[in-house]
Amino acid sequence: MTAGRKTTSTAPDTAARTAATVETVFRIESARIIAGVTRVVRDVGIAEEIAQDALVAALERWPESGVPDNPGAWLMATAKHRAIDLVRRKETYARKLAEVGRALEDAPPPPEPADPADIDDDLLRLIFTACHPVLAAPARIALTLRLLGGLTTSEIARAFLVPEATVAQRIVRAKRALAKAGVPFEVPYGSDRADRLSSVLEVIYLVFNEGYSATAGDDLVRPALCEDALRLARVLANLMPGEPEAHGLAALLEFQASRIPARTGPDGEPVLLAGQNRARWNRMLIGRGVDALHRAGRGPYSLQAAIAACHAMAARYEDTDWAAIATLYDQLLALCPSPVVELNRAVAVSMSEGPAAALELVDALTGEPALKNYHLLPSVRGDLLDRLGRAAEAREEFERAASLAHNVRERELLLGKAARTGSGPTGS
Amino acid sequence: MPRFLTLIRIDEKNVPEGGPSPELQKRMGALLEEITKAGVMLDTGGLAATSEGTRVTWSGGKLTSTDGPFTETKEVVGGYSIVQAKDKAEALEWAGRFLRTHEEYWTITAEVREIVG
Repeated sequence: MTAGRKTTSTAPDTAARTAATVETVFRIESARIIAGVTRVVRDVGIAEEIAQDALVAALERWPESGVPDNPGAWLMATAKHRAIDLVRRKETYARKLAEVGRALEDAPPPPEPADPADIDDDLLRLIFTACHPVLAAPARIALTLRLLGGLTTSEIARAFLVPEATVAQRIVRAKRALAKAGVPFEVPYGSDRADRLSSVLEVIYLVFNEGYSATAGDDLVRPALCEDALRLARVLANLMPGEPEAHGLAALLEFQASRIPARTGPDGEPVLLAGQNRARWNRMLIGRGVDALHRAGRGPYSLQAAIAACHAMAARYEDTDWAAIATLYDQLLALCPSPVVELNRAVAVSMSEGPAAALELVDALTGEPALKNYHLLPSVRGDLLDRLGRAAEAREEFERAASLAHNVRERELLLGKAARTGSGPTGS
Repeated sequence: MPRFLTLIRIDEKNVPEGGPSPELQKRMGALLEEITKAGVMLDTGGLAATSEGTRVTWSGGKLTSTDGPFTETKEVVGGYSIVQAKDKAEALEWAGRFLRTHEEYWTITAEVREIVG
């Protein structure tokens, strides 16, 4: 603050400033506090309430005592004390019921100084608990954003364009379902681990995608959701350095996030990959993507990251190594067959081998039930027909694609294409 | 989650002798690990002394260059970090934690600026 306002702790607005500090510290620390408390009370719902109590205690205490040197540790210790009190009260009650006159020597130990390794373990356990497959995907997403992203219920509701009451209920039910199912607070090992990890990765990927290709509403990108997901992916990769797919997901999201500034034009309209100004791609995020890709493997997220890297590495659209991308899509299809991946592969083939070869692949997908209402199928088909000079058919496909798109911006883009195709020569 | 550039300014003439103590380096290392694990830190680094730096100026249609040290400047940039935080308050909190790892005999300034565009 060399040239700006000077503020010191003796300023008259100290109380307001302290309250703001408490809020900020709590936002930074809340996931770790909830994780640490869950270790004691074994219930994420109760843990979240206790963490909130610690926040209230800080709001009462710090304006008088000043902000402690290590505010995160203060909040953690306060929350853990409360958690242990709660457990002790419950145990005392149970003992009295059993009418045993034993002393309480074997009550839980007082909170140990927060060991960074313990905090890491607890945080990882919290991630695996919030993303437990016993919950449906929307519940996992809401709970993860609440407990790990520190988002309020209304923020989550705004991000997903659903009523706040729906989100609140989803979270309450999710917490209850975890308690009812007796989900242990643990990082799974052995045969369970791969399944559970893929559930965690899926939640982060879904959150990112909801921000990246908003399926509904007026905005094409909701950057806050992308950034929350990217942060979670980085946290997970740091906590599980030995899991290649965690790095693969982090790499994929870094690459995709690097393009966000170039994906929309001045009026918020979508700009497709071919037309993006690559100077606006974020080089730092691309560099982080490359680093993460080095630690990735050959799983689905790692392969998608490798495809994204091919785009990131091309200085111009014309420089893209489409043959390499088509090969990576082959590998991806072998791992997890999906009509959407086949469609993407067809686009790569159209660039490396020409539109005729690709049209055959796309035509084979038109009967695919999973793609029945997927706007990108007619959109891709329209592009191929247009390149083959079959303008009238192309226009029909673009119109069909527009009618299927839920996002307003995408619909406008497709209608624009239809109009341009119609006004050109038919080529027949 | 906007990005913030934090410039760490020091007075080169009054840097404590011997540079950062081993204890400071340890505390700083632990904090940097924490910020990185939180998914917040994008990049950070310390800068070589200005005696090894050069200023290149474009003025009046002419390019001139001046080699360091820049003794006339009281505070020079000694290090930087780029973080991705929810808001400026979060970035300031992390910057404050970084400053607090230093012993009392240090005088350093962190300038936190949002990266726009």
